[in-house]
Amino acid sequence: MVVTQETAIKPSVGDKIFDIVNYTLLSLVLFIVLYPLYFVLIASLSNASAVLNGEVWFWPKDITLAAYEQIFNNKDLLVGYGNTILYTVFGTSINLLMTIIAAYPLSRKDFYGRNVLTAVFVFTMFFSGGLIPTYLLVKKLGMINTIWAMVLPNAVSVYNIIIMRTFFQTAIPIEIQESAMIDGCSNLKILIRIVLPLSAPIIAVMILFYAVGHWNSYFSALIYLTDRAKFPLQLYLREILIQGQVSQLMEGADELARMKKALDSETLKYAVVLFANLPVLLLYPFLQKYFVKGMVIGAIKG
Amino acid sequence: MEQSPATFATTGKAAKRRSPFRISLAKNRDLYLLIFPVVVYFVVFHYIPMYGVQIAFKDFIVTKGITGSPWVGFAHFERFFNSYYFWRLIKNTLGLGLYELLVGFPIPILLALMLNEVKNKFFKRFVQTVTYAPHFLSTVVLVGMLFIFLSPRTGLVNRLIELFGGEPIAFMVSPEWFKTLYVFSGVWQQMGWSSIIYFAALSAIDPQLHEAATVDGAGRLRRIWHINLPCIMPTIVILLILNTGSILSIGFEKVYLMQNAMNMESSDVISTYVYRSGILGAQYSFSAAVGLFNSVVNAIMLVVVNYMARRVGETSLW
Repeated sequence: MVVTQETAIKPSVGDKIFDIVNYTLLSLVLFIVLYPLYFVLIASLSNASAVLNGEVWFWPKDITLAAYEQIFNNKDLLVGYGNTILYTVFGTSINLLMTIIAAYPLSRKDFYGRNVLTAVFVFTMFFSGGLIPTYLLVKKLGMINTIWAMVLPNAVSVYNIIIMRTFFQTAIPIEIQESAMIDGCSNLKILIRIVLPLSAPIIAVMILFYAVGHWNSYFSALIYLTDRAKFPLQLYLREILIQGQVSQLMEGADELARMKKALDSETLKYAVVLFANLPVLLLYPFLQKYFVKGMVIGAIKG
Repeated sequence: MEQSPATFATTGKAAKRRSPFRISLAKNRDLYLLIFPVVVYFVVFHYIPMYGVQIAFKDFIVTKGITGSPWVGFAHFERFFNSYYFWRLIKNTLGLGLYELLVGFPIPILLALMLNEVKNKFFKRFVQTVTYAPHFLSTVVLVGMLFIFLSPRTGLVNRLIELFGGEPIAFMVSPEWFKTLYVFSGVWQQMGWSSIIYFAALSAIDPQLHEAATVDGAGRLRRIWHINLPCIMPTIVILLILNTGSILSIGFEKVYLMQNAMNMESSDVISTYVYRSGILGAQYSFSAAVGLFNSVVNAIMLVVVNYMARRVGETSLW
């Protein structure tokens, strides 16, 4: 952009150059972001030795589903997948419930104490007891190696409460709620019968934010779980994608054994990346506008 | 249980006679019940750990519990400040945070400004869809992809280097590369997503400003510089405050995954150190002290940056 600075004096020519530079740079960005993702896809479908020898660049070579077969023969990965689905569904349900029951009262102007409670919640965004006291607490509550450690310590996000509260305040006319009240509707009924049915878009956003968070998280599992049978997918992925790699890099294993091992795991790694992100990748194009909407609502009152 | 509907907005005459809390409680008892579990959650999982942070000043003995353990004052802090690791941790944590801020903060703004100038709707949508996508990859997958693409033997990047006659580089185990890889992989993953906020701010700008400027003969760059940038400045400042305030809270997840024995000297940050000595090494009190030090510095930074922002411009968090 600095390049066209001098030419900007003459609008038409300058603007043309600007457009050229702009489109070129954006195309470059596009390529840099897209290519690694695309490469993962074609490499997962290619013959392992072709990938290792660098014959795969733009199209898959000797298309095979061998890597995907390996996934389905890998017990760990399937166990992890099941656990992750469980944690995601259960965790997201708790998250959503907690967010709604926090956000609705805070959205009501006649709810005395809303500012104090908001402050109490928001303060935790900026200051926390830290990892160790939280860990000791979870341990003391006997939640180590249970599903509770996966879902309770992060049962709700303050940021999402604020997003949802803002939505309730701005998108749902208070007049509707007032008239329901005149008709003798209780607060709880107003929430369930009127507010929630009108909040489908924001509920979708929340489910997506929370579910993606659970799906991708490995930190809680790393500190709170030691029982392999309870590990989520991300911990098994870590073993395949990262720990295996480090040991390969550091061990001075003999060439042949290493090549053999590398050959076996090479395309598996690519397939595993796709496999792990499958739900999100499939849903993403349809849900993009909801994600963006959530970000924008959050930004207004972030 | 309900008052007359007219008092819905707390402005009724009753407000003068009784305390507002009493009125609200009488009318909105169910709302208080509703929010109660959330309050309990915050007390248990956020405020009790804050209370538990006192173990940083104690010698925590599991059998005696938090309150029963003996006080030791600032002993753990002194030990940390005098330890061999202290300066290395500060240097790495601060270095990584600043590097990320310097590179990672402006790029999404640039991207939003550039995308905003694109007239072709399809191209714009396509770039957005693609650049948002990596945000949804998990940290494990992202770091896994780094390992795949940067592998010295089989990685794409090293193959390109060799193609141009260079020597392959063992990126993931060399301390010199750690910070750059961390920051730029972060940019790759988050630039699209972070640009959404700026993009939204840009689309809220009154087009008349641009029309007027065009009539006066202002070119594209001039309009970006004098209209778009000032209009999104409040958003930029707010996000800058938030980002600066969290400079020292470098996320544990990615650093820990990218860390290995070979690149430790530049990849060891406070949070990974707390994890190692606390969770793995069970030195609870000592690590709690290190963690507390980190939280306090963070909180101070946030307040200071916010103060400066308020002095310099009109925008601040509070």
